[in-house]
Amino acid sequence: MKFEDYQTGGFYDELFASDGKAHDFVLPLIERINNLPEQELLQTQEAAEKALRQQGITFSVYGDEQGEEKIFPFDILPRIIPAKEWAELEPGMKQRIKALNLFIDDVYNEQRILNDGVIPKDLVLSSECYLPQCKGISPPKKIWIHITGTDLVRDRDGKFYVLEDNLRCPSGISYVLQNRSIQKRTMPAAFQEMNARPVADYSDHLYETLRHAAPAGVEHPTIIVLTPGIYNSAYYEHSYLAQQMGVQLAQGTDLTVIDGYVMLRTTRGFERVDVIYRRIDDAFLDPEAFNKDSLLGVPGIMECFRNGTVSLANAPGTGIADDKAVYAYVPEMIRYYLNEEPIIANVPTYICDQPEAREYVLANLDKLVVKAVNLSGGYGMLIGPKSTAEERQKFAAKIQENPRSYIAQPTLGLSRTPTIIGDRIEGRHVDFRPYILYGRDIFVLPGGLTRVALTKGSLVVNSSQGGGSKDTWVLEQ
Amino acid sequence: MLSRVASLIYWMSRYLERADNVARFIDVNARLILDMGSESSQWEPLVRASSDEATFEKIYGQAYNEDNVEHFLAFDRENPNSILSCIEKTRENARTVREVITTEMWETINGLYHLVREAASQEKLDFQKFCQQVHQCNHNFVGLMDNTMSHTEAWHFAYLGRILERADKTSRMLDVKYFLLLPGARIDSPQDALQWGAVLRSVSGFEMYRKIHHRAQYRNVTRFLVLDEHFPRSICFCVVAAHESLSAILDILGIQSSAKHKLKDLAEHLANASVDDILNRGLHEFINDTQLLLNQIDNDIYKTFFDLKQAY
Repeated sequence: MKFEDYQTGGFYDELFASDGKAHDFVLPLIERINNLPEQELLQTQEAAEKALRQQGITFSVYGDEQGEEKIFPFDILPRIIPAKEWAELEPGMKQRIKALNLFIDDVYNEQRILNDGVIPKDLVLSSECYLPQCKGISPPKKIWIHITGTDLVRDRDGKFYVLEDNLRCPSGISYVLQNRSIQKRTMPAAFQEMNARPVADYSDHLYETLRHAAPAGVEHPTIIVLTPGIYNSAYYEHSYLAQQMGVQLAQGTDLTVIDGYVMLRTTRGFERVDVIYRRIDDAFLDPEAFNKDSLLGVPGIMECFRNGTVSLANAPGTGIADDKAVYAYVPEMIRYYLNEEPIIANVPTYICDQPEAREYVLANLDKLVVKAVNLSGGYGMLIGPKSTAEERQKFAAKIQENPRSYIAQPTLGLSRTPTIIGDRIEGRHVDFRPYILYGRDIFVLPGGLTRVALTKGSLVVNSSQGGGSKDTWVLEQ
Repeated sequence: MLSRVASLIYWMSRYLERADNVARFIDVNARLILDMGSESSQWEPLVRASSDEATFEKIYGQAYNEDNVEHFLAFDRENPNSILSCIEKTRENARTVREVITTEMWETINGLYHLVREAASQEKLDFQKFCQQVHQCNHNFVGLMDNTMSHTEAWHFAYLGRILERADKTSRMLDVKYFLLLPGARIDSPQDALQWGAVLRSVSGFEMYRKIHHRAQYRNVTRFLVLDEHFPRSICFCVVAAHESLSAILDILGIQSSAKHKLKDLAEHLANASVDDILNRGLHEFINDTQLLLNQIDNDIYKTFFDLKQAY
C-alpha cells in the first residue's frame, strides 16, 4: 500500500499539495510509509484496532441486547498541521473564546451588546438556549466557558473556518489522548522523526482549570466529574478524565443538597463538593430549575450555583452562544469587546429569521447546508447538493413554519486527507476539533480530534453517522 | 469513597470470584469423569450445591445431564450465577468504576469477558481448558490488584467481596461432595478418596493438603477446608481475612459496623471448633449455618456502607 497513485480529487488536501506530491512538511512520513514492506501498514492498522478492543475503548450500540460494542474507527495515518499554521490558529481560538466568554457574561448581566444594537436583542432573548435562570449570575472569576471544543473546517481554498463553537459539554478529548497513545505505540519511529507536540498534559491543565474555578475562599477544592451514567455513549470519556485527574466520578444519585451545599454520599457520610465538571446537559442538571422529569440531575444544585457555594464547569447558560443564529455574530462580538479583527473567519451564515436571508435560502436550498440552530452531532441537517426534491420541500416547510430555528450556510468543500480504506489509501473529508481551556490563562491544546467521514464523498464526520478519527500532529517547527 | 462505588467494587470482586468458583465446580466433575468414567458421573450435585435447583428445573425440568448442567453453569443467561452472567456483571461494574481500579485490572477483566463470550459461542468446547483459562484470568486479576492498586479503602472493599464469596463457595464445594455421597457410598473407600482428591484439586488445595494430612480422607479434608488457618481457601482463613479487611475499612473511615462483631464471633467459633464438633452435628447442617451467617454479614455490610443515605 503506497501513496504513489494518491489523488487529491480537486479538494484541498491535508498531506498532499497536488496528485502524488506531498506537502514539504510531511515528506519524511510519506517516504517512511512508502518504504514499508508490503502489508506492513495494513498490519499496523489491524494492530491498532485490536489494541482499542483490548482496552475496551468501545461504545455500545443502542438496542442490542447481546451487548454488542463497537470501537470508534481509528485510522493510523495521522493528520498533520505545520507549526506555521498553528501559529495563526492558536491566537485565533484564544481571541474567540475570550470574546464569547465576555458575551455570555454580558447577556446574563448588563446586556450592553444588545442595548447598543450590535446584536438584535430579540434574536438572543428568543433563543431556546437562553436561560432566564442565569440572569444576574456571575461565576467565579467571571469564567463561564472553562472547556471548549471548537469545530474548524477548511474549504477548497485551504483556509480554516470556525464551523461551531461547542460551548456546552464538548466531548471527544479522550479519543485525542487515546489515539495518540496508540499512534505512538504503532508508529514510534515515524512519530519521533516528525517531532509532533505532546498532548498528554491535557489532564493536568484540565485539573488546574477546574481548581481555578473554585468558589471564592476555597483553597483546596473537592473536584468531581458528574456523568449521566454508564449508558451514556461518552461514559468512557467521563471515567477516563476522572481517572486521569484522580478525582471521583459521580452520578446524580450520589449527590444531594444539604443546607445550601452540594454533598456527596460516601461510605463515611456526607462530604462537600466545590467544583463539578458536569457532563450533563443544562436541561437535565436540576429538575427543580429545568426539566422536571430529569432523573440524572441533582435537585437544588442550580440554587447552590447561584449562591456561589458550588462551581459548575461549564456554567449553565453558555449554550446561548452556541445557538447557530447567534454564532453568526461572533465576529461582531470580537470587534465589540476586544476591538480586534477576527483572526479565524466564520462560515457565512444566513439567519432564516431575517426575511431577506430567508428568501435567499428558500430559493437556493439545493446549494446550501441548512441546520437547526439548537442541534449538533449532524442531526437536523439538510445538505442541499446531496438532497432530494422531497427533502428540500420538507425543509422549506419547516423553515417557513419556524424560521428562528434554522440557519443556512454555503456547502463547503471540506478538505481531505489520505485514509486507509480497505487495502488502499484514499482521500476522505475531515474536520478538526481543538480543545481550549479557560483557567488562569487560556490554553489551547496543540493537537485535537480529527474526525473523518469514512464513506466515500461524505461530508458528515460524526461518529453517530459513520465517522472515524485520526491522531492530529501539530508540528514543533 | 462514594457508597455506590464501594458497592460496585465489592460486587465486581464477588462476581468474579463466583465465576471462578463455578468453573471449579465444573472442574470437579471433569476430573471425576477422567478418573472414574462418564457412566458414573453425577451432575445434579453441582446444581444442588449452589442452591440453584429451582432455576435449573424451570428451564430443563429434571434433565440433569452433562450438556444441560454444563450449559446452565457456564453460559446460561437465565442463570444469574452462570459464569457468563457473573462475568458480564463483573465487567459492567468494572467499567462503571474504571477510574477507581487500575488500567491493568480493567484490561484483565475485559479480556476475560471476551474470552467467556467467545467460549459461549463455540460448538464444541474443551471445558477443562476453558475452566483453567478462567482461573488464570482470576489469578492475574488478583495479582494485579495486589500489585498495582493502593491498598486503601477501595482495595479493601474489593478484597472483602472476594474473600467472603470464597468462604461461601468453599463451603458449597464441600456440599458438592455431600450430595455426591448420597445415597450412602462407603466412607473412606477408594472411590471416596478419588472424590475427595478431585475436590481438593479443584480448589487448588491438593498439594498443600498432602503436606499436612498426606492421604485424602473425609475427616481431614473437612478439617483442611473448614478449619485450616493457613490455606487461603479454607473457610477459617477467609473469615479471619474478611475480619481484618473490614476492620481496616472501619479504621480508615472512623465508624462502627455490626458486621465486624459477627465476623469476629464466627472467626472465634471456627478457631475453637474441632472437626468432631462439625461432623457430629452433620457437615451439611454446619455448612447451612455458616452460609446463613455469611448472608447476615453481607447484609450488615450493605447497611453500613452501601445504602444511599438520605439527607437529614
